[in-house]
Amino acid sequence: MLDTLKIPGRHYLNDGHSLRSWLFTKDHKRIAIMYLMSISIMFFIGGMFAVGIRFELATPQGDFVTADTYNKFFTMHGVIMVFFFLIPSIPAVLGNFLIPPMIGAKDLAFPRINLLSLYIFWIGAAFTLYSMVVGGVDTGWTFYTPYSATASNTSVVPTAVGIFIAGFSSILTGLNFIVTIHRMRAPGMTWFRLPLFVWAHYATSLVQVLGTPVIAITLVMLGVERGLGFGIFDAARGGDPVLFQHLFWFYSHPAVYIMILPALGVQSELISTFSRKTIFGYSFVAFSSLAIAVFGFIVWAHHMFVAGISTYAAMVFSFLSFSVAIPSAVKVFNWSATLYKGSVSFDTPMLYAYGFMGLFAIGGLTGLFLATLGLDVHMHDTYFVVAHFHYIMVGGAIMGYLGGLHFWWPKMTGRMYSEFFSRVSAIMVFVGFNVTFFPQFVVGYLGMPRRYHSYPDEMQVLNVMSSAGATVLGLGYVLPVLYFLYSLRRGAVAGPNPWGASGLEWHLQSPPLTENFVEVPEVINEPYEYEHSVVKEKERV
Amino acid sequence: MSNAVAQADHHAHAHHPAQQHHFDTMPQQKEAAVLGMWVFLLTEILFFGGLFAAYMIYRVWYFEAFAEASRRLSLFWGGLNTAVLIGSSLTMAMAVRGAQTNKRTATVNWLILTMILGAVFLGVKVIEYQDKFANYEVPGATYNWMYHDERAAAAGGEHAAPAPGAAHRQLALSPGQLQRTTQIYFSLYFTMTGLHALHMIIGIGLMSVITWMAWQGKFDDQYYTPVEMSGLYWHFVDIVWIFLFPLLYLVERHQ
Amino acid sequence: MKIFGIPIFPEQASTFAKDVDALYFFIFTVSAFFALAVAVSVIYFGLRYHRNHDGEIGARIEGSLPLELLWSVIPTLIAMVMFGWGASVFYHLRRPPDEAMQIYAVGKQWMWKFQHLEGQREINELHIPAGRPIKITISSEDVLHSLYFPSFRTKMDAIPGRYTELWFEAQAPGTYHIFCTEYCGTNHAGMIGSVTVLDPPQYQAWLQGGGIEGTLAQRGAKLFTSLQCDTCHLDAGQGRGPSLRDIVGTTVTLQDGSTAVVDDAYLRESILNSQAKIVNGFKPLMPTFQGLISEENLIALIEHVKSMSPKGATTAAPAAPPAATGAAPDRPEKK
Repeated sequence: MLDTLKIPGRHYLNDGHSLRSWLFTKDHKRIAIMYLMSISIMFFIGGMFAVGIRFELATPQGDFVTADTYNKFFTMHGVIMVFFFLIPSIPAVLGNFLIPPMIGAKDLAFPRINLLSLYIFWIGAAFTLYSMVVGGVDTGWTFYTPYSATASNTSVVPTAVGIFIAGFSSILTGLNFIVTIHRMRAPGMTWFRLPLFVWAHYATSLVQVLGTPVIAITLVMLGVERGLGFGIFDAARGGDPVLFQHLFWFYSHPAVYIMILPALGVQSELISTFSRKTIFGYSFVAFSSLAIAVFGFIVWAHHMFVAGISTYAAMVFSFLSFSVAIPSAVKVFNWSATLYKGSVSFDTPMLYAYGFMGLFAIGGLTGLFLATLGLDVHMHDTYFVVAHFHYIMVGGAIMGYLGGLHFWWPKMTGRMYSEFFSRVSAIMVFVGFNVTFFPQFVVGYLGMPRRYHSYPDEMQVLNVMSSAGATVLGLGYVLPVLYFLYSLRRGAVAGPNPWGASGLEWHLQSPPLTENFVEVPEVINEPYEYEHSVVKEKERV
Repeated sequence: MSNAVAQADHHAHAHHPAQQHHFDTMPQQKEAAVLGMWVFLLTEILFFGGLFAAYMIYRVWYFEAFAEASRRLSLFWGGLNTAVLIGSSLTMAMAVRGAQTNKRTATVNWLILTMILGAVFLGVKVIEYQDKFANYEVPGATYNWMYHDERAAAAGGEHAAPAPGAAHRQLALSPGQLQRTTQIYFSLYFTMTGLHALHMIIGIGLMSVITWMAWQGKFDDQYYTPVEMSGLYWHFVDIVWIFLFPLLYLVERHQ
Repeated sequence: MKIFGIPIFPEQASTFAKDVDALYFFIFTVSAFFALAVAVSVIYFGLRYHRNHDGEIGARIEGSLPLELLWSVIPTLIAMVMFGWGASVFYHLRRPPDEAMQIYAVGKQWMWKFQHLEGQREINELHIPAGRPIKITISSEDVLHSLYFPSFRTKMDAIPGRYTELWFEAQAPGTYHIFCTEYCGTNHAGMIGSVTVLDPPQYQAWLQGGGIEGTLAQRGAKLFTSLQCDTCHLDAGQGRGPSLRDIVGTTVTLQDGSTAVVDDAYLRESILNSQAKIVNGFKPLMPTFQGLISEENLIALIEHVKSMSPKGATTAAPAAPPAATGAAPDRPEKK
């Protein structure tokens, strides 16, 4: 191998410099980079609303913004973070960039549809941002009827249209991945040689393809009810508002798995790479992703235990909800066991992976509280729920996303970022996150309802802790932007495989060629075989 | 590259002009397209599935109102549209066959015929919708369940023919209740048929592109995937109608 | 309970509170055990097997079926214990005892309106006696709300167009929070109030205090006359409508031969959408009151009808699971 590393002369980033060469590209890697920029902007917009929320909740009185403004803050925070950041985050950026090289393909099966999905995402985001500019929406990201259909006088329809459109972006990405994983694998890349990242994305794609159309049609029904005066959920005409909740959660519960499953895939890659060891129980980890995707579709009514569903239906859904816990637990145990007799190093991505383990474990375990019927009656719609899903979606999905981004950044850009600052950022995110959200479990059990603009005085201390933690968390999120941008020009050259990882993508130059592979590779070894892998270069220039 | 990855040699055969760079062979490209289309149709099934679920629940709850409201639809127009659509599925299949067997003119002609039948369907739908608007049967503030009967009575005086089968049916529901719950039926009717019509319009748009491509001679027995894919889509839209017709028009028409 | 002056648990003010908290502690202990086990093992492995030199790779261990089975089966069993325990607490939470005292709650943007059978009406305040099971029947005049008593560890949504209910037995006299937990618009956070638990004698005294316009049933009786219900629903049974005396809790035969149990949901439906269920032998003559009568007056009317059935009134709880009380109005029985 080379003694001194250089950025290769030809790669996907310098294959055309015009705007046109980006906007009309069919290269999955360029599309991934454009997704990265788009969702980063959405993340910081959504984050601004979170700042507003925590600022308001620092005092018990509603004194920073009015109640209406606050209601718009948490609604826009939820809408943007869920539909325009978390759902596309790992699949559209990391999945898009990495699935073809990981399976030995030159591109996704449908490059034009991939680009189309990005444009659709932009159009959806434009509608939602438009509704934000013209006054925002105040229904909560759940859009429960009848409030959303009749009572709210904010821009419900433009927001719903935005989400409806963005949903198709998600469907097309999922469809592209399914077909790519089925039909584009290189010779020798059997199903059980696929990296677990790819397995996780396969499971995610199934959920995207099967779940997203249901929320699309639900929003259509809401739209015709609000916009045209139809009466599908209108109790005054005999409709059932709770039916909306059933349809909404039939998608939106599986949507949680759209957000977390890819992060579980990233986690498997990180744990394996940074312990230089094959994953413990490969097939159990792979199939647990599918199990989570399947079980995810049969637990939706656990969001409605106090919404007047029958006692027996509640029991069935509680029982099924526990079934999701098992494959999640299996994954955590397998990751832990992977470290045993490994060669563990604590590079930044591994710090994120360790943080992920802790936060995902807490998020998953607190899910047990909420699946338990007798407890959920008390905890439903309190801050306990808010803390629980932030542990999964921020502690899990965003930690996974950032871990993955730090892991594959050298592959994507060819350069290393500051090791010191990235470790500082990882630790700030972990600490800040826990200080923000752990008190919310307590204040939730104390009875503080979610979506409250003001709250009883005795809950202030915990809320102030939460707001203070959010400051640290926010800074931890800003830091990567700085050192990533800095690394683009000044970062050390990474070389093809700075981590000594085993995946096929690490055999490519960094940044890769537009066509990834000059010749179609033939895979002859098992996944995560570090015995045959290129071991980390001693000197990283 | 390490020893872990050997190079498979290819480029042994000439490329078809329609083969994209990232596929190794034409069959691989075609298989990908077919799988992609089926996954897309799966998505579509779930898209309509949400509406079917809502329909099912309300039909069980408000069966009589649904049965009454369903009688306000015209069996003639609905039946005609069913026949038109099934016919268009046949012409679509003929177009695919034409493309497979290198018959350019036949392909184009069958495609045009399919589009005409699609347009006929949409035209009939317009007539039906107009009738609903004229009778205040569009849910919302102006909805008036009684208007239809009142107008019939006014038009026919005392000799107005009762609704078919009315003599045998003893309605358990009052006009007030029908006014309320039949709105749910019509809400679903318009949403379901409206979305179906939207799919038809997209299908016709798609087909005009395919027709133009066929006219340009882009297809041959090696490469006719776009024709086949639009065919799959068109058949899917037909099948949705095959479900919509009995669910909406034939709720309780045996009496 | 407080730690360093910060409240950690809400007061245990109902008979459920201890059951729910016990369940909470159980799951908390199990979770803490597993979280610590994972944390300790990953930190230990990370330090013990820390990379010594750059070329080092881990041992090749593919997995272990016995271990996989172990850590699938044990969590499954523990989860089943959680499920069973949680379900039994829930079942208890959802079954009001027959002798429960009835109170009505109506959610409206943005207030809770409570009505006592004795006639007292309160807004965002509720006075109840300690040591007596209390059943609250909930409805909504506009959007979704949710009635939440953190110190009693129970809540239930208020859903437009139907009745839902919850019950509890308050133990300790005191004043506790009432929250709305289902987002309902601008002043959602202002839809709060307090529940005051009184010793039974004090409660009796409270009931006596303040001028009131008769009991809820008496108010209903006035409405019964003013809405001219009494012109058809004659007591003796010769009226154009069925007699309502002693009807609550009975099973009536409908026109199509099916039967229905007369409970809150049935009465609500029969007033709002009178033709949904016609009792056999009567004609569908009654006008529908949908949109013409407020939720509060509806409650008064229902209470009046119940007061005409002194035996049945306490057993008016429906036979179906209480949570399913909420049949949407005018949904016909399956024909």
